[in-house]
Amino acid sequence: MQKNIKRLWPLFLLPTFAAFVIGFIIPFIQGVYLSFCKFQTVNKATFVGLSNYVKAFADTQFSHAFWFTVRFTVVSTLLINILALIIALFLTRGIKGTNLFRTVFFMPNLIGGIVLGYIWQILLNCVLSLLGKPLLALDSTYGYWGLIILMCWQQIGYMMIIYIAGLQSIPNDYMEAAKIDGATTWQTLWHVKLPNLMPSITICSFLSLTNSFKLFDQNLALTAGEPAHMSEMLALNIYNTFYVRSGIQWKGIGQAKAVIFCIIVVLISLIQLKATRSKEVQQ
Amino acid sequence: MAKKTRTGNAVITGIFVVFCLAWVYPVVMVVLNSFKVESAISTNTAFELPTAGTFAGLSNFADALSSKGFLSAFWYSLVITVTSVVLILICCSMCAWFITRVNNWVSKLCYFLFVFSMVVPFQMLMFTLSSISDRLGLNTPYNICLIYLGFGAGLAVFMFCGFVKSIPIEIEEAAMIDGCGPVRTFFLVVLPMLKPTVVSVGILETMWLWNDYLLPYLVLDRKKYTTIPILIQYFRGSYGKVEMGPMMACIVLTIIPIIIVYIAGQKHIIKGVSAGAVKG
Amino acid sequence: MKKIIALVLCLVMVFALCACGESNTTTTAPAAGSATEAPADEPAAAGSVYYLNFKPEQDQQWQDLAKSYTEQTGVPVTVVTAASGTYEETLAAEMAKSEAPTLFQVNGPVGLANWKDYCYDLSGTPLYGELTNDSFALKDGDQVLGIAYVIESYGIIANKTLLEKAGHSIDEINSFETLKAVVEDITARKDELGFSAFTSAGMDGSSDWRFKTHLANLPIYFEYKEDGISSTPAIKGTYLDNYKAIWDLYINNATCDPKELSGKTGSDAENEMLNGEAVFFQNGSWEYGALSAKLSDDDMVMIPIYIGVGDEPNQGLCTGTENFWCVNKDAGEENVQATLDFLYWCVTSEEGTNALANDMGFVIPFKNAVESSNLFVKQDAAYTAEGKTPVSWNFTTMPSEEWKNGVGSALTAYAAGTGDWDAVVTAFVDGWATEYQLVNG
Repeated sequence: MQKNIKRLWPLFLLPTFAAFVIGFIIPFIQGVYLSFCKFQTVNKATFVGLSNYVKAFADTQFSHAFWFTVRFTVVSTLLINILALIIALFLTRGIKGTNLFRTVFFMPNLIGGIVLGYIWQILLNCVLSLLGKPLLALDSTYGYWGLIILMCWQQIGYMMIIYIAGLQSIPNDYMEAAKIDGATTWQTLWHVKLPNLMPSITICSFLSLTNSFKLFDQNLALTAGEPAHMSEMLALNIYNTFYVRSGIQWKGIGQAKAVIFCIIVVLISLIQLKATRSKEVQQ
Repeated sequence: MAKKTRTGNAVITGIFVVFCLAWVYPVVMVVLNSFKVESAISTNTAFELPTAGTFAGLSNFADALSSKGFLSAFWYSLVITVTSVVLILICCSMCAWFITRVNNWVSKLCYFLFVFSMVVPFQMLMFTLSSISDRLGLNTPYNICLIYLGFGAGLAVFMFCGFVKSIPIEIEEAAMIDGCGPVRTFFLVVLPMLKPTVVSVGILETMWLWNDYLLPYLVLDRKKYTTIPILIQYFRGSYGKVEMGPMMACIVLTIIPIIIVYIAGQKHIIKGVSAGAVKG
Repeated sequence: MKKIIALVLCLVMVFALCACGESNTTTTAPAAGSATEAPADEPAAAGSVYYLNFKPEQDQQWQDLAKSYTEQTGVPVTVVTAASGTYEETLAAEMAKSEAPTLFQVNGPVGLANWKDYCYDLSGTPLYGELTNDSFALKDGDQVLGIAYVIESYGIIANKTLLEKAGHSIDEINSFETLKAVVEDITARKDELGFSAFTSAGMDGSSDWRFKTHLANLPIYFEYKEDGISSTPAIKGTYLDNYKAIWDLYINNATCDPKELSGKTGSDAENEMLNGEAVFFQNGSWEYGALSAKLSDDDMVMIPIYIGVGDEPNQGLCTGTENFWCVNKDAGEENVQATLDFLYWCVTSEEGTNALANDMGFVIPFKNAVESSNLFVKQDAAYTAEGKTPVSWNFTTMPSEEWKNGVGSALTAYAAGTGDWDAVVTAFVDGWATEYQLVNG
């Protein structure tokens, strides 16, 4: 059977793989190469060695963006997952209107980042100006919390759905056994539900972690990095270096930053997957 | 005891109702503002309801529809989303089946590359990808789906692979023994079994494509085409003005179809998302 | 062993096929592209124009002019306008494409430095021959790489009718002190009068250039003048106290609380002016079209921006240009020719010059220019005729967009009270040196 299928690789594998080569592999390799070049278009590139990386690491805005992104990612990942899990626990208790609540909580997920960003910009600015506080574009602390609120609003529904599915797939026997042993609600949560939820937690934390780390649209629409790049995250910083700064050297630096960014994201994903996978129990 | 939980549940329901109202408020606010005249939409009046003096009727919607090419942007967004999703679903499910069933280093390498591409941020490729698609002429809404197939293949292949692995191979073998070629086996036996995953992947990809901003912004031929997210970004700042009224109307017009689709298919969507996650 | 060889062959074929597929698409794609455009292309010789326009205020007029040109000659002209504040970004993205703009703009010597490798030498073209004055050409050695196409003025636009209602006359104002006296008197009686002195000094991206660029020109102008230079690697900030004084005047006497400025847009200020909510509005001759929709010529006047430096009674409006046309030399011979023809038509034909002068309200430095009906432009000429010295546009020598953004952010923070004036000074002086180093080093 394997052989039969293998013969047909031009039909099964090739279309996707060819598109993948054009849409991912070639641009990726070119991107890595260009990070060592000074260039304005792909064809007009001169090799400059590591100088782009040196400049990228020396860029204080880049390191600020890095730490801002880290702070954002940690807090938003924790908040999203904890809140989503709490909501999921309540919504699996069979209270009235569960379906309606689920539907409502999931809704913001369908709205795109740019639109979300503008909706929240209007809303938060209005709240801030009614409170007599400086607007979003003036204080990166508000920008930071604004982004976190936005991210929670968007992502909690999605993660909640995954947690609900995870909770529902826990075999009833386990819960029965826990009840018979006289476990309290807390004990059941800690010793039965959570360990069995680990696969869902892996997925959710992976998704929210990478989504937060790679955030771009929401950042662009909500604060655009104001004030003075203080609320700028890595993805936006790279984009700005690449396209907004004028001057021939910036493209190379931007590309070098993108490579660094890429390495960081891959590392984080690997570490995260290892850490949570090791806690998963085999059913 | 039973009574206690019942009142407890009622309290929880109450809390959740309040919560849900807060959850939909941002959308409601935009809808309300889209009916106000432009001067009444400013930072400190966004919460106010439209009054007789500030009610603008449908003029914002008329502006949004007529002036900045909303309809064409809507059409292009639709074309891009539909063609790309269909293409991704067909090609990636075939590819995933091949990778799973043919067990050699080529498929292992492919699988690894696909998974790797899932985590790579778009900024890494944004410049080179836009220059390649430009050189190949893949910069119209009608063929940008090829770029999306390439760039979006990772997630789709990964999810399909996860599911194909769980299908017992005996069924396919039986089909082949009965005289089905691989093509017929795939389309008549495997694909129907993959349906739940097709739905999950389809939903995920639709959500991504419909809302994607940066890729079409950089790749599409700017002289001719805009998509909805680009258009909304354009309302800010372009032409030296910020037209809040039409922008609000535009946002509303963008959200409404999504919400309609969502409400109509919410059962499938929620099921699809949870199924996809558990398998992945 | 056989298996491995087969596999290797397979892989080679995959890549070969991919490569083939790619080269196939490469050759077919342009064909497909031209096929769809063929009907429009055929009647004309060849070549098309793609203009990446910098001025959002005149987008519609350019679209109309382009359409009319295409109808008359069959040469396709596409005009794309970058959203305000994103011109460099759009240009960088578009120039990397195969169908790059054939015609683009730079703001002066600083902008030219980034793009001079792409600029067609315009010396010897009929377009260059039409220029009235060589100073409107942007040169690099002997080459003419850019040609200014519009001369503009900005200052403080005042609503005379409102001013008279407040019991003042425009003739009172001839220095910073007198301006301040009038403004503060209006603010003191704001509730009684029902209007404010200044429109909101919005610091949203659609409006902040009025202050971080245009207003910042004044301290730079006076410093250059004093030092007898025309650009500098390090600004000293001699007149920053005056910059602070005028900025304070704007934000403390406006229609809104200074805290809200960061969210105020260009349209907000324009609407306030149109609705008679404020007397003064810092903007330029390009605003005439929008304002004249509701205000008559008798209502409006543009006065110089006084900051309390120099010979104020003899100060004129800020007049100059930051709009230079550059032709993309990599666009292909036919497209370059089509672009040059289009530009020549714009500045010589009756329709073109009329559109530039009246629809867009430009003063163009070309021989066939039609006199503009733009009130502010006429006022600028009148000021010059009276012997007042126009303030030149030195913001074209600002080191980079990044510098402007830094100053803008600091100004916004200062206005809202979240930052102090020292931050503005730092962004202005230190930022200049850093950015100059980064851009030129």
